[in-house]
Amino acid sequence: MAIKRRASSVLALSITTALLAAGCGGGGESEAPSKDELFKNPVTLTWWHNASQDGPGKTYWEKVAKDFNTLHPTVTIEIEGIETNQLQRTRLPAALLSNDPPDIFQSWGGGEIREQVEADYLKDITDQAKDEVANIGGAAGIWQVDGKQYGLPFRMGIEGIWYNKEMFAKAGIAAPPTTFDELNEAVTKLKAINVVPIAVGAGDKWPAAHWWYNFALRACSVDTLKKASLELNFDDQCFVKAGQDLKAFIDTKPFQPNFIATPGQNDPTSANGLLANGKAAMELMGDWNKGTLDTVAADKEALSKFIGWFPVPAIAGSPGDPKAALGGGDGFACAKNAPAECVEFLKYIVSPEVQKGYAETGTGLPVAKGAEAGVADPALKSILEATTEATYVQLWLDTAFGSTVGNAMNDAIVAIFAGNGTPEKVVEAMKAAARK
Amino acid sequence: MTSTNPTLDLAGGATAPPAGRRPAKRSSYRAAETRRKWYEIIGLTTPAVIVYVMFVLVPIGFAFYYSLFRWRGVGPPTDYVGFDNYVLAFQDPIFLDALRNNAIIVFGSLLIQGPIALGVALLLNRSFRGRTLFRLLAFVPYVLAEVTVGIMWKLLLSDAGTLNALMEAVGLGGLVQAWLADLDIVIWTLLFVLTWKYVGFAIILLLAGLSNVPQELNEAAAIDGASWWQTQRHITLPLLGPTIRIWMFLSMIGSLQVFDIIWVTSVPAVRSLGASATMATYMVDNGFFARLWGYGNAVAVILFVISFVAALIFQRFLLRRDIQGAVTGRAK
Repeated sequence: MAIKRRASSVLALSITTALLAAGCGGGGESEAPSKDELFKNPVTLTWWHNASQDGPGKTYWEKVAKDFNTLHPTVTIEIEGIETNQLQRTRLPAALLSNDPPDIFQSWGGGEIREQVEADYLKDITDQAKDEVANIGGAAGIWQVDGKQYGLPFRMGIEGIWYNKEMFAKAGIAAPPTTFDELNEAVTKLKAINVVPIAVGAGDKWPAAHWWYNFALRACSVDTLKKASLELNFDDQCFVKAGQDLKAFIDTKPFQPNFIATPGQNDPTSANGLLANGKAAMELMGDWNKGTLDTVAADKEALSKFIGWFPVPAIAGSPGDPKAALGGGDGFACAKNAPAECVEFLKYIVSPEVQKGYAETGTGLPVAKGAEAGVADPALKSILEATTEATYVQLWLDTAFGSTVGNAMNDAIVAIFAGNGTPEKVVEAMKAAARK
Repeated sequence: MTSTNPTLDLAGGATAPPAGRRPAKRSSYRAAETRRKWYEIIGLTTPAVIVYVMFVLVPIGFAFYYSLFRWRGVGPPTDYVGFDNYVLAFQDPIFLDALRNNAIIVFGSLLIQGPIALGVALLLNRSFRGRTLFRLLAFVPYVLAEVTVGIMWKLLLSDAGTLNALMEAVGLGGLVQAWLADLDIVIWTLLFVLTWKYVGFAIILLLAGLSNVPQELNEAAAIDGASWWQTQRHITLPLLGPTIRIWMFLSMIGSLQVFDIIWVTSVPAVRSLGASATMATYMVDNGFFARLWGYGNAVAVILFVISFVAALIFQRFLLRRDIQGAVTGRAK
């Protein structure tokens, strides 16, 4: 009732407080500090990450901060775990607008980091983190803007299809599909044994949108995709083709009924829950899925026995690179005015030793060379292999294109899923959003 | 206490003591008293005024200022676009869907909650065994947190949820619906949840109003041979008028700004298709999730103006008698 006035003023209020505090943000150029100055004076680093829920991820970051403090007693680290959407959509933008952002915080790369760099929010770590960048390799590029490094990933992986091996065996599917024709066959066979062939969390929009991304990846050449990310140019017909292919695929009814209201993860009624509890045979999802499936599975042991992973199938005769994959990661970046110790901590997080420990938590795939031994889970191992084999890794399109185009694109794709969108409208929505 | 109702003392009840009738000879005393009165007013209202200005007026001003920019929340706003954001909003079919949904919720709440609340309140106002228990039960949903209610109904109404299972079990399988997934049904489902949640508030308000209807009038009517129905129709209802109007006012403003139950119960996809969006959810979806801060602020201003105008019209025409002197100028 009237009490809910706050809903309307939330936006205005948070923006206001942010701007009141804004004023001036000074900034010197980045320079690598001399070795003697580091760890001389006591500093406190504030660290915002998205492992807000109790679990192995959150516990591990606490340990990392403590270990770093033991290593360098002058550095105290204050951690705040914040739920992803809140962190990315409200808390961080507001804190960055103010003069008091956290020193080190979650960064998703792509279009977002480009905007943050243009607003002069981030510390240039090119010189200080040279060795680490070399050790991470290509994946670090997502956190680069115009050749300079502004953040480092700690998790990176490509997406693929998580599937129930037992159901595949029961349906008589000999090997995981490698082409979409085989995938369609598998869908038919799975329907025959009365299970949901593919679970999709369309309710959360992005899990559905990722199907379109994959059709785009197959329909578009690598150059077209690169150009789209940089210039937000979506004139190529391959983006319409992606929607047409998606529509044809949806028409074969591979998904659970009423998928439009199914959440992606986090509860038993979600797409994750359907796969984890033996109600659906497949789900398209990223490398973090192992951890999220675990949290919704009624019988974790059964899950670990039947769960498998295979790359998104290729489409015969399409111009896209069949070995290209969609992927993404999580990284951290340092605020412009953060102390130099921040970068040292960032480097510590991506060091092979810490990365190995991260891999052992099973919450995602590490990026640093030398950490591979920490990956024990067979499904994660197959993702790691496929990631190394991928000829090109395209960042999630909504991240690559930035939130505004990403959001409009996802909405228009979901409309196709709901039956009232068209392939052309997706491209129109993307173009309109690029002008917003 | 026959004509006014304490719940309606919006104006602060303050029909100030008739000033200006005092003998003129003690004018210095009068001046001192006036000063003292002003100190009192200033002292008592300043904290509230500061808070109000800081957290209501200033943000509204800022929201309007930002709404004139094409601004993504990165760096200060510089790209001035005038009223383009407002034009964009009214061109977006999803925003128009949100307006329609708000209208459904405003009128739906009034038309459904009103009669139910009145009936239940009249019933609960009679004395019978267990009356306190029933009053408590009627009020429980209103006390629950919005998010709790949202999650509860989301689980109950999901495809494999309790409601559908129950309907199957009693042979109503044919009526099973995708309550939260069917784009044509979902807004009505949400209206039901909102009704369930807020009808208790209307009941408690009306019960308070009923307790102020003087028993003497009922007795007098009874002596004149009026039936229970006649008493309700000709005595209780007219005396309950002010309470009903205040409830309508609160319900309308709440319905225009409704956010949390919709946000929690309805998934993002269904919202973004317009089936369950309201102005407030649309604002957050576009302001924060699409990172269109200027545009989001424009939507916030539209929501504010609509609520404000609706409130003014309502006060001017329907609440006029109840709050005479506060908004409509000095009572005679």
